[in-house]
Amino acid sequence: MNKEYIASLITKNMREDGRDLLEYRKPIKIEYGVSSKSSEGSARAIIGDTEVVAGVKMEVGEPFPDIPDEGVLIVGAELLPLSNPEFESGPPGIQAVELARVVDRGIRESNSIDIKKLCIKPGEKVWMIFLDIYPINDAGNLFDAAALAAFAALKDTKFPFYDKKEDKIDYKKKTKDSLPLLDEPVECTVIKIKNEFIIDPTIEEEGAMDARLTVAITKDNSICALQKGGEVPVTIEEVDKMIDIAFQKTKELRKVLQ
Amino acid sequence: MYKKRFDNRKFDELRPISAKTGIIKRADGSAMFKIGDTIALAAVYGPRELYPKFLQSPEKGILRCNYNMISFSGSGERVRPGPTRRSREISLVMEKALMPVLDLSDYPNAVIDVFVELLQTDSGTRCAGITAAAMALADAGIPMKDLVSSVSVGLVGNTIVVDLNKEEEDYEEGSGSVDIPIAMTPRTNEITLLQLDGKISKDKLFEALQLGKKACYEIYKVQQKALKEDYSLGVKNE
Amino acid sequence: MGDLLVKDKEVVVPGQELAFSMDYLPTGGAFRENDKIISSQLGLVSINGRLIKVIPLKGKYIPKKNDIVIGKIVNMSFSNWFVDIGCPNEAVLSFVNTSEYIDKGADLAQYYSFGDLIAAKINKVTRGTIDLTMKEPGLKKLVSGKIINVTSSKVPRIIGKQGSMITMIKEMLNCRMMVGQNGRVWIQGMPEDELLASKAIKMIEENAHMEGLTDKVKGFIENEKKKLGVKNV
Repeated sequence: MNKEYIASLITKNMREDGRDLLEYRKPIKIEYGVSSKSSEGSARAIIGDTEVVAGVKMEVGEPFPDIPDEGVLIVGAELLPLSNPEFESGPPGIQAVELARVVDRGIRESNSIDIKKLCIKPGEKVWMIFLDIYPINDAGNLFDAAALAAFAALKDTKFPFYDKKEDKIDYKKKTKDSLPLLDEPVECTVIKIKNEFIIDPTIEEEGAMDARLTVAITKDNSICALQKGGEVPVTIEEVDKMIDIAFQKTKELRKVLQ
Repeated sequence: MYKKRFDNRKFDELRPISAKTGIIKRADGSAMFKIGDTIALAAVYGPRELYPKFLQSPEKGILRCNYNMISFSGSGERVRPGPTRRSREISLVMEKALMPVLDLSDYPNAVIDVFVELLQTDSGTRCAGITAAAMALADAGIPMKDLVSSVSVGLVGNTIVVDLNKEEEDYEEGSGSVDIPIAMTPRTNEITLLQLDGKISKDKLFEALQLGKKACYEIYKVQQKALKEDYSLGVKNE
Repeated sequence: MGDLLVKDKEVVVPGQELAFSMDYLPTGGAFRENDKIISSQLGLVSINGRLIKVIPLKGKYIPKKNDIVIGKIVNMSFSNWFVDIGCPNEAVLSFVNTSEYIDKGADLAQYYSFGDLIAAKINKVTRGTIDLTMKEPGLKKLVSGKIINVTSSKVPRIIGKQGSMITMIKEMLNCRMMVGQNGRVWIQGMPEDELLASKAIKMIEENAHMEGLTDKVKGFIENEKKKLGVKNV
């Protein structure tokens, strides 16, 4: 029932919390190093009441046989039951898998990490980056917050000390070397409700959505990932509009990453 | 002989503590407890109808604790996601540590879910989890006979200490170290969690428990302060 | 009068001792153990003569017989709907207790389905079971409109003396409204009026202890309507 109510508000350019249709909640914040004593890099992203943490652990392992001189990036997400009364404990469900893969695509397809520089010995030893994402409070729009937290965690990352001879990592010794980052992808999710578009949906607005489009954009304004969700189809014109909105709003998110 | 602690603390001194409640708005109650570098988050959902129905008890509600360490919380390698035997045991002892202060007879067929996540670990994780969970239960408005305060005590070399950090837990010289996590109810000083890992004489054990009682009271003071301050803030925002 | 260990309106935590005496009686949020009165809640102490209670800030709604509640259908069986009314247990509505005449063996989903919202009355509360009835005028399925959640302890303030507060809001905003004792409020009108009504209700919730609240709410609604009027020109 609230679905009809939210849709009718939006057709009159209004939202429950008084925001404009294309306005992010405040504050939008990033805190770096929230698990600095244990992770190689970590960050917390806050958009309004939604809070997501992400962290990086690094290992040394074998590269994929078909790309012997490239490091490996593995992005995971777990929808912690503590963040939302609807989430259950257990292995990641499809919602968590989608979240991880969409964030992954934004980072991977923008070539943000210079994975060739992660090669230690071609065909034998490369750095592996495990990037894990955890919502702490789900008040809607996990995609955008997760992408921010994930990339901020990469920025926060420092290589641990690796003894080549012993082939052992000393996690207690951090080096001053950051990850070789070449780009800064930012993701914005645009929601379609009836014939209107909004960004940064609350939980209730997510429940009323017809379709969503998550757009990942690189520093030089290329689109590097797209994901459409929701059961209602969209026209090409609508996709065009939604991407324009994403271009406009990612500028704001990018400022927070600086 | 362990004469000076690795981090220069006194033998009966706790690591720096901070605590905050109401940090997860979607939960019915929540709290963060940090001791040294160990950070525990706890969220309470309930009492709510228990599914699957075959788990329901028509006589009273049940308490269900879930302890988990996130992948980047460990000081060494990445923690593989998913429950382990260790995390399942900790979930169990957490339930047993909190049950004595709860009267769930008013909530037949219902469950109170307590989720504890460790963001960063440096020993004393189950104690931090129990301490955070007790605050979260109070924050949720669940009737409690008392709070529960938890900290570890132990023996390092031959010296009784309070709140072991990881270095002390891993101490191997001489007789090594003994790790004794305890939880107590501050008003009646009853023990609701007691575990021991190591080798210790009965005399030393009881000496340690006396120190533990004092240390738990220090933890209780911090819990009280956090609950009262965050309550007052909550009222102001009403 | 015995030993009081706390002051009126002091914030206390569970397990905190409030009084050391047989002269006091715990009436809520507190219990007696031997000759001590102890808080079972995080909340505010309220001392009224010999009665001590602790008023919690949070807590789930406690169902009482004859309360009108607003619930959501979350499950059904052959002969019952299971309704979430914000309590530890789900409430039960039997097919014989609706305002419709329903044949035994009929498909209950045709009447009320998953996610539907209903206004009902609590018929009976026993341990773990809350029975609902809709056999009373005004109790029905709520279609369209919106629901907001408030703390159940604030409901009397929202209704007002003899319904004065809620009636004022209904008239000023031309909305139909129903207040459930379980802290759920249903509002139906034009969407912008629904939004304004929910803001007004939130205002009452936040200022429940204030004097002159009715006038303040009236002023707020008038102001906002003026602003909206300008916006829509």
